[in-house]
Amino acid sequence: MNKLTVSPSPHIKSSQTTKKIMWTVVISLIPAGIAGVYIFGISSLNVMAFSILSCIFTEALFLKFRNRDPKAVLDGSAILTGLLLAYNLPPGTPFWIPVIGGAVSIILGKQIFGGLGQNIFNPALVGRAFLQISWPVYMTTWKNPIWWPDAISSATPLAKEAGPHFTYMDLFLGNRAGCIGEVCVIALLIGALFLLVTKIISLHIPLSFIGTVGVITWIFGKDGFFKGDFIFNILAGGIILGAFFMATDYVTSPLTKKGKIIFGIGCGVLTAIIRLRGSYPEGVCYSILFMNAAVPIIDRFTKTKKYGLIKK
Amino acid sequence: MKKLLKEFFKGIGSENPTFRLVLGLCPTLAVSTSVINGLGMGVAATFVLLGSNIIISLLRKFIPDQIRIPCFIVIIATFVTIVELTMKAYAPELSKALGIFVPLIVVNCIVLGRAEAFACKQGVFSSTLDALGMGIGFTLALLLISGIREMLGNGTLFGLLIAKGFEPVLYLVLAPGALLVIGLLIGGINFLARRRSAI
Repeated sequence: MNKLTVSPSPHIKSSQTTKKIMWTVVISLIPAGIAGVYIFGISSLNVMAFSILSCIFTEALFLKFRNRDPKAVLDGSAILTGLLLAYNLPPGTPFWIPVIGGAVSIILGKQIFGGLGQNIFNPALVGRAFLQISWPVYMTTWKNPIWWPDAISSATPLAKEAGPHFTYMDLFLGNRAGCIGEVCVIALLIGALFLLVTKIISLHIPLSFIGTVGVITWIFGKDGFFKGDFIFNILAGGIILGAFFMATDYVTSPLTKKGKIIFGIGCGVLTAIIRLRGSYPEGVCYSILFMNAAVPIIDRFTKTKKYGLIKK
Repeated sequence: MKKLLKEFFKGIGSENPTFRLVLGLCPTLAVSTSVINGLGMGVAATFVLLGSNIIISLLRKFIPDQIRIPCFIVIIATFVTIVELTMKAYAPELSKALGIFVPLIVVNCIVLGRAEAFACKQGVFSSTLDALGMGIGFTLALLLISGIREMLGNGTLFGLLIAKGFEPVLYLVLAPGALLVIGLLIGGINFLARRRSAI
C-alpha cells in the first residue's frame, strides 16, 4: 500500500505553486510590518532586515552545501521564515539576536530535516524558542510605542504582574508594548482576510485555535468561573499572528479538515494552559511547536475514507 | 601486535562508544555541562571499564553461561563502589556535581556491553587494551561535548572565563542543548564517515 497519500484521489491540479503561495503570505504580512515600524520606530525595520538577510544567507549557503540549486532561495520560504521570526521578536533587540535566530531557524528548523516540505516544526518558531531560552533578558525587554513618554517598558499586557491598563481599542490598534508583528491586530486581520480571499488558508485552524483559547480563558478567569476576560486574552499576545500565519503553515499542519480542527483545539488548550498556569506569560509559540510534533499522528487518524469503499 | 593495536584504537575511532555505537548516552547527556564534570565522568567510567574487563576476562572460564549477567553486574558494582567512595573522600566537589550518575555507572551500557561482547570471550591482555581504548574514546567524546557546551553555553572553559562580553547561549547548558550538540556531532561524524567511504 502507498503510505504517502493521506487523501484518496481525485486530486485536482491547480495553478498554485509553492513560490506563489509563499509570496502571497509574505505580501499578506506587509500591513502588520508597516504597523510595527509605525508603532515602534525604525529599529523594528532593522530587526526585520537582519532576520530576513540572515535567513536568505543561511538558506543559500546550505543549498549550495547540499548540492541543490541555490536559486531555490528565491521561492520565498526563507524570506517568509525571516519575516515571521522578526515579527516574533521584541523591537530594538541587538542586531545579533535576529541574525542568530534566522540561522538557527533555517539550519535546525528546516535544512537539517531535508529542506522545505520535510521540516516537522515551524522554522520561525524553532528560532524563536531557541532565542527565548538562550537570551531571556533580550527577548523580554520590550519597547513602548514611540508616542509614549517613556521609551523602555518592562511588561506586555499579558505579563502576570500588574502593569498599565489597556482598553480593547488599544489592543486592537496596537497601542501597547509587544513583539514587532503581533501588536497591531487590525493589520494582521487585513492580511489574514487577504489570505482567506486568495484561499491560501482556511478558517479551520485559526477559528478552532482562537475559539478554544477564548472559551478556556472565559471559564477559568481570574475573578472566578465563567468570568474571565476572553476578549483581552484573544487580543493581547501573539495569538492572532500565531493562529492565522504560523499554525496554518502547510508543511507543519494537518492535511484534512478534521485534522486541522483537532490541531487548532490542541494549540488553543496548550496556549491557555501556559498562559493561566505556566511560568511564561505567553504560550502561543510553544503550543504550536508541541502540536507540530503531533501532526503525523493526527494525519494518520484523520485519513479521509475512500468514497464507495465497502466495509469489510 | 597489529591486532592488539586495532583493539585499542577501535574504541577511540571506528567504534567510539558515544558517536559510533551510541552507548552510554544517559551520563553523556547529564554530566556534559562542564569540562570538569565530563572529565571526571570519563575517568571514572574508564577505571570501572578497565577493572571489570580484566576481572571478567580472568574469570571467563568460571562464570556459568546462564548467570553471566548477574556475575558481571556484581563485578562492575564492586568497581563502581570503589570509584564512588574514593571520589567522595578525595574529590567531594566533583562527587556532588556528578551526583547519582557515579553510582549509575553500574548500569552504563558501555561497561556491560564490553563485558558481554568482548571480555568474556577474549584474553586478559586484549581485554585490557579494549577497555582502555573504549574508556579513552568515551572520555574524549565527553570532553568534546562538554567543551562545546561549556564554552558556548557558559562562556568558560575549565571554569575560567574565556571571552569578555560574550553572551552565552543558555540553551546549550540546559538539557535540550545536550541532545542538540550530541545529535549534530553524530550527524556530522556520520556525514564525514560516509563521504570517506564513498571516495
